[in-house]
Amino acid sequence: MSSDRDTILTSVRAALAPLKDRAALPDWDRELVHVRTIQPATDLWALFAERLKLVNGTPLTAVSELVALLEKNNWRRGYCDPALWPQFKDAFPAGIKIETTYDRTRVDDYDFGITAAAGAIAETGTLVLTDAGTSSRLAALAPWVHVAVLRREQIHADISAALAALPNDPNIIWVTGPSKTADVEGILIEGVHGPGVQVALLV
Amino acid sequence: MAKQLIDQFAAALPADKRASVYQSTKSTHEKRTKMLFDQFAEPNRLRSLAGGIKQHVLEHLDTLLPEVEAKLQANGAKVHWAATAEAACAAVLGIMQARGATKMVKAKTMVSEEIELAHFLEKHGIEALETDLGEFIVQIDHDHPSHIVRPIIHKNRREIATSFEKHGLGAYNDDPQTITRRAREFLRQKYLQADVGLTGANFVSVESGRLVLVTNEGNSRFSLAAPKVHIALVGIEKLVPRDRDLGLLLNLLARSATAQQLTVYTEFISGPKSATQPDGPEEMHVIFVDNGRSEVLASECREILRCIRCGACMNVCPVYRQASGHAYRTVYPGPVGAVLSPLLAGKKFPELADLPKASSLCGACNEVCPVDIPIPDLLLRLRDKGKREGAPLAAAGTPPMGAWALLATQPTAWKAALFGGKIINYLPTKLLPIPPLRAWEDTRDLPEWKGGEFRKWMKGRGKS
Ligand code: SF4
Repeated sequence: MSSDRDTILTSVRAALAPLKDRAALPDWDRELVHVRTIQPATDLWALFAERLKLVNGTPLTAVSELVALLEKNNWRRGYCDPALWPQFKDAFPAGIKIETTYDRTRVDDYDFGITAAAGAIAETGTLVLTDAGTSSRLAALAPWVHVAVLRREQIHADISAALAALPNDPNIIWVTGPSKTADVEGILIEGVHGPGVQVALLV
Repeated sequence: MAKQLIDQFAAALPADKRASVYQSTKSTHEKRTKMLFDQFAEPNRLRSLAGGIKQHVLEHLDTLLPEVEAKLQANGAKVHWAATAEAACAAVLGIMQARGATKMVKAKTMVSEEIELAHFLEKHGIEALETDLGEFIVQIDHDHPSHIVRPIIHKNRREIATSFEKHGLGAYNDDPQTITRRAREFLRQKYLQADVGLTGANFVSVESGRLVLVTNEGNSRFSLAAPKVHIALVGIEKLVPRDRDLGLLLNLLARSATAQQLTVYTEFISGPKSATQPDGPEEMHVIFVDNGRSEVLASECREILRCIRCGACMNVCPVYRQASGHAYRTVYPGPVGAVLSPLLAGKKFPELADLPKASSLCGACNEVCPVDIPIPDLLLRLRDKGKREGAPLAAAGTPPMGAWALLATQPTAWKAALFGGKIINYLPTKLLPIPPLRAWEDTRDLPEWKGGEFRKWMKGRGKS
């Protein structure tokens, strides 16, 4: 394999050798990617919630709202991050069954998965998940409903701010709404391989 | 003069397919344009900056590649290099065989299609399953993608329902929702059984060694949550210098491709899973693939390597809209393919030398390109290369220009021809049995001959 490395680097060097000047790296101002249709917000949660709704996501501000949503849709079996469960436990009725370890041999037994968000991006309605902060990658992905638990101070204003604050983590995922496709005749269908319902729960 | 191959494909395309390709490319293009211009004050400045960043990368690959290699290794990934398609396939197979792995789930990667990886692995007894809905349908149909972002833009729901039925994915049902649910059910078992998840990378940050993947369906997330090994196939041109540059490129990519602010999932992958994480790969392998790219870098068309595979150029292209993707006979259709495919073909360039002619040079592709690639200029350079190398396909479909050249260099003859040309208005040219004229006029109407009118107008204009 090392010979392929040499072959490639040698031909790249040879390809570039005749260039008299090489293109400099342009600098650019974050302001250039400012979305001008969005008013500057003082309340980042409000902006985030508004943008999340635009991509068919579901912003919630109380555990009781989450329980109501689950009951209304008859989503009665789910997973919850063991670190989050103690704070939600009392609000959950006995009719909803929660497991705090995710069993990958029974992926279809979970209607929902509750895990922690590591952040959010207001201008795009995006949730930020990290590997270290997510108790189970599969539990945040395979159930029909994913609930990301978010705190107000975790919300970034825009993409540039979120990029500047990327944590040192091997698997950071920006989630902007439910999983979707338009492959079949351009018709939008949600819930392809990932969640069909994406909830952001503010605590 | 034979008809151009692309014209033959366009003529053979059923009218309903042409209509649906036309409709969906047109509507994506219009949404893209509205979104970019509504939301950004200076979208064209963004395109030119993004182009500048990618051009910088290309012209510094000699130093950036070793730099990103070191970064990836420090993050815990293993780095491999593959000079050719064969070497890339062998590298994937080697990683799998060393672990006794027999099952792979694939997220959408253009490089894997370029090197025909799935075929290769199947020959070696490895199941390599496409998981992107469109690519999955293409795979079970033994078909080819016809668009880089919308692989099955050429198929309708009835065809898909028929092949699902044929492959045991339920009784005939052409409701797109049902089709999607059935794929979901079938594929999630496959992720859980797979040993290896394969992805590409839309970008790789040299600064942090993060691979960036953008998807909508969640299949790449699943491929990195269930299997224990992650292999990423990455073209050597995919680098970006700094994490912050992603702010520009991500903002442009999703809007240009599908008129989204961001795709549903933007994944930043820099190594195997964390120690505390129960799911996901324990090993990450990155294979940097050349397969002709360094030759393109040496050519006078190196700008094409800036491409971030958004598909906007094919959505806007009048030729693509008429001919659809298969007419380009390679994995990269449309204007980008008309430049990139003949170049990547290397010695087989003559077989694709007609592609650079499959363009009216209207310039729309350049205007929409998020990295501002001067595609029409590159097409002209390749036409020239085709002529210089005497590729027969480079001449096909071109009317002989010798007579015109003779007239254009002799003013008296030119004037006479301008006047005499009026006769053409009275000739039934559509009936003349002259083959080059036939081929040309089959798809075009001659305008009325107005020889000399412009000169008259110019003279008159001088006096007033
Ligand atoms: S050439 Fe430009 S417009 Fe075409 S796919 Fe590549 S980046 Fe997009």
